[in-house]
Amino acid sequence: MALKNSSKPQPIGVIGVGSFGTAIANMLAEKNEVMVYSRKQEVVEEINNQHSASGKILNPKIRGTFSPEELCASCGVLFFMIPSAAFLAVTRTFAPFLHPYHLVIHGTKGLAVQLGEGENWDTVKKLRRNQVLTMSEVIVQETLAVRVGCLAGPNISKELTHGQPAATVIASKYNEVIQEGQRLLRSEKFQVYGNSDIIGVELSGVLKNIIAIAAGALAGLGLGENAKGLLISRGIVEMAHLSKALGGTASSVMGLAGIGDLVTTCNSPDSRNFTVGFRLAKGESLSQIMASMEEVAEGVNTIRIVDAFLKTAGIRAPITENLHRVLFEDLSIEEALQFLMKYPFSVDVDFV
Amino acid sequence: MEENYIKHQYAPILPEKDEWPVVKLARERKEFVKKVANLAEGRILDLIGKNPEILKEELETTLYREKLRIKQNPWDVDPDDEGPFWGEVKSNLLQIHTEVSGNKAKKLEAYQAVLRKITARYSEEIASNFKASHYKFTRRVVTYGFSRLLNAARVKGFGSLFSNQYTLQDKIQITGQTAQLRELARKGTVVMVPTHFSNLDSILIGWIISVLGMPPFIYGAGLNLFNISIFAYFMNALGAYKVDRRKKNMMYLETLKTYSKEAIQFGCHSLFFPGGTRSRSGIIESKLKLGLLSTAIEAQRANFQNGISDVSGKIFIVPVTINYHFVLEAPGLIQDYLSQTGQERYYKENDEFSTSYKISKFLFKFFTKGSDISVSIGRAMDVMGNYVDEEGKSLDKWGRVVNTQEYFMSNGKVTVDTQREEEYTQMLGKRIVEEFHKINRVFSSHLVAFVAFELIQSKNTKLDLFDLIRLPQEDLVLNYEEFKSACQRVLDQIFELKAQGKIDSAPHLNRPMDEIITHGLENVGLYHAKRPLIKDELGNLATEDMSLLYFYHNRLHGYGLEKLF
Repeated sequence: MALKNSSKPQPIGVIGVGSFGTAIANMLAEKNEVMVYSRKQEVVEEINNQHSASGKILNPKIRGTFSPEELCASCGVLFFMIPSAAFLAVTRTFAPFLHPYHLVIHGTKGLAVQLGEGENWDTVKKLRRNQVLTMSEVIVQETLAVRVGCLAGPNISKELTHGQPAATVIASKYNEVIQEGQRLLRSEKFQVYGNSDIIGVELSGVLKNIIAIAAGALAGLGLGENAKGLLISRGIVEMAHLSKALGGTASSVMGLAGIGDLVTTCNSPDSRNFTVGFRLAKGESLSQIMASMEEVAEGVNTIRIVDAFLKTAGIRAPITENLHRVLFEDLSIEEALQFLMKYPFSVDVDFV
Repeated sequence: MEENYIKHQYAPILPEKDEWPVVKLARERKEFVKKVANLAEGRILDLIGKNPEILKEELETTLYREKLRIKQNPWDVDPDDEGPFWGEVKSNLLQIHTEVSGNKAKKLEAYQAVLRKITARYSEEIASNFKASHYKFTRRVVTYGFSRLLNAARVKGFGSLFSNQYTLQDKIQITGQTAQLRELARKGTVVMVPTHFSNLDSILIGWIISVLGMPPFIYGAGLNLFNISIFAYFMNALGAYKVDRRKKNMMYLETLKTYSKEAIQFGCHSLFFPGGTRSRSGIIESKLKLGLLSTAIEAQRANFQNGISDVSGKIFIVPVTINYHFVLEAPGLIQDYLSQTGQERYYKENDEFSTSYKISKFLFKFFTKGSDISVSIGRAMDVMGNYVDEEGKSLDKWGRVVNTQEYFMSNGKVTVDTQREEEYTQMLGKRIVEEFHKINRVFSSHLVAFVAFELIQSKNTKLDLFDLIRLPQEDLVLNYEEFKSACQRVLDQIFELKAQGKIDSAPHLNRPMDEIITHGLENVGLYHAKRPLIKDELGNLATEDMSLLYFYHNRLHGYGLEKLF
């Protein structure tokens, strides 16, 4: 068994060396030894020899490995910082080596779906809640780890790398996970809040991507700040209702991972989700946009999943529904906007 | 023969009764009670952060509530010296208030002395009065008496009273993982968690445990049951400790939890009814009372802390469902549920089991008429809800061995984290509910009640539950053919769920549908004055008591079968 004595502090494990993973690994390395995982041998060599990952500079205290076994055996706390498309596969790679004593914190904003036998994405029209998994639910389902947390909030990697002040939320049902995350990440420039509603926090990070696409579309249409203010506030209402329907609380949407992240994303033209909306408004189709983007914008996936979930949940989510029609059913963005402006919202706030 | 139930004699797993943990515990009763009192005291002090002001407040609250209880809700079993005891506590508190001043440590010491008195009293009150001789006697009486009754009722002719053709096991079928249970009870400590519909359950389970050749389990029985002399005798004989649901104060609850935890650590197999109380609605428990369950997790962690990491220190959770055609208390239970006075605080114990006479009458009916009971023993799990094998090793979903100790470790050590254990308790509760649904055995009576109620409801979609129950009887008639085809639809779905391992069914459901319906109608709510479902002169179905129909229908709630209507 790989139980190290506490005489030598264990390194902290980081899985994934994308821009966010690298930023977090560097922040962790300020106080601790860090071991990062990459499945490509050349990236591991680059990390160990040149202290960089795909050109991003890494703290020399960070060591690379391509062995999930070694990483799990050496580390008690693991940060999963992988894109949601690869999340399930990477989790399964690690599953044989994860033990119930591991604390796992992930920073992935996405949803996974569980389809029945013989079903695929093109035939599925409806999803029940138990077919939709948040990333923490994926970890619990696929591995023996139970003490699971997530990291969410307005954390643009570039700004974190430059050492600008920022904050994040660590959410977990387990106080020990929150405390450990705070201990490892908190610094003069980085504030870490705790929240026990992990589902609500994960959903906040996921659902805000939908609104970010809408924000990009407004910008692409050349609309101004009034429209953006309208979108953000209606977006929050929609996120709160969706979050409740999926098992989170409305209050988490009010926090850093919800409003905080939403405002940041709606104002950052570099974000992939914002770009999708922007280009849609400029008249491109989804397939044209996808063809020229390296990674899928998470919001597109989320809209699909949430739209299918709405069919079984018995609630309405007008922004999501209309974006779904724009993306997948050839509704024009102008028509969608018209529809939203006519939609009979009568109450300003009805969820607190 | 379609019925393939387990019916054979099990050899006792521990033949010498001196080896029974519960006997050892009874021998060391005095020391054990004292230990529990001391540990409970320590626990309470930890909880309040050793703050004399908070301790004072808790003591005063406890005193106030106890005085109120004595005045407003006295029971026969209450000891006579209760009044004087709490009077003394009162004067002690007054004395400390006026005489001990200033010094915090001194105040704490003074209040702690009062606390010690209270936990000692509670601990003594909770502790069981198990006597092995009583146990053996009771077991013989139950088995002998019941089989006499049974044979008298079923075997015709002279001398039937002495026939041994039928035994209790014909009446009460035990199915499921009996071999595993026996094996694990030999290796580690078992915590059995059955569903709870009737006050008979505890005696029934006690009997089952003895039939399976296992030493007696200890369990917390509601103190109200000790009001009835016949029950009190049984309970003591079965190793019951007493749970007084009137006492909701923190000091009592902590003492109770400590008692349960220590008894499990001592190696006593235990029995919890995790629903806390009988299911009022007839629905399989879906929200469990987690208080006692958490003591199983605590005891497991404590064993690991003490370095007992082999199977002898392992705790096994075994879910059990008890399946009836008929629940004697059903009318009272469903009334309670419907009148929504559900909050236990206001609930006055007042049920059919109020006198020994009524119980005897029921027992006689039970044995002379043909209503069967089956008890399904589920697969054992560790305290984290992982299945365990015959060896007692925990297995994950993929069949890999899991070391349960690792759930309680951080930085390579077993650590105490009460918040973590609260979450684990929730997880375990969910797993138990899942298992209940899987091992629940559908009877013909459940099927007919479910279908009849759902059909009536689907014909009156505009009415809510309470309007439905008030419908006049002539609106409650169902056409037989329509009923039959609906039964078939539901049964098909049940078999599909069964193939997926999500439910179980009794063998009599393999008969032709007409027979199933007849069997169901004969049995559903058999002994009630007003039957929940009957066939009228025209061959159609009618109900005499809609709320009872609702009660029996609820047994199949939670499987999504309502969607078929």
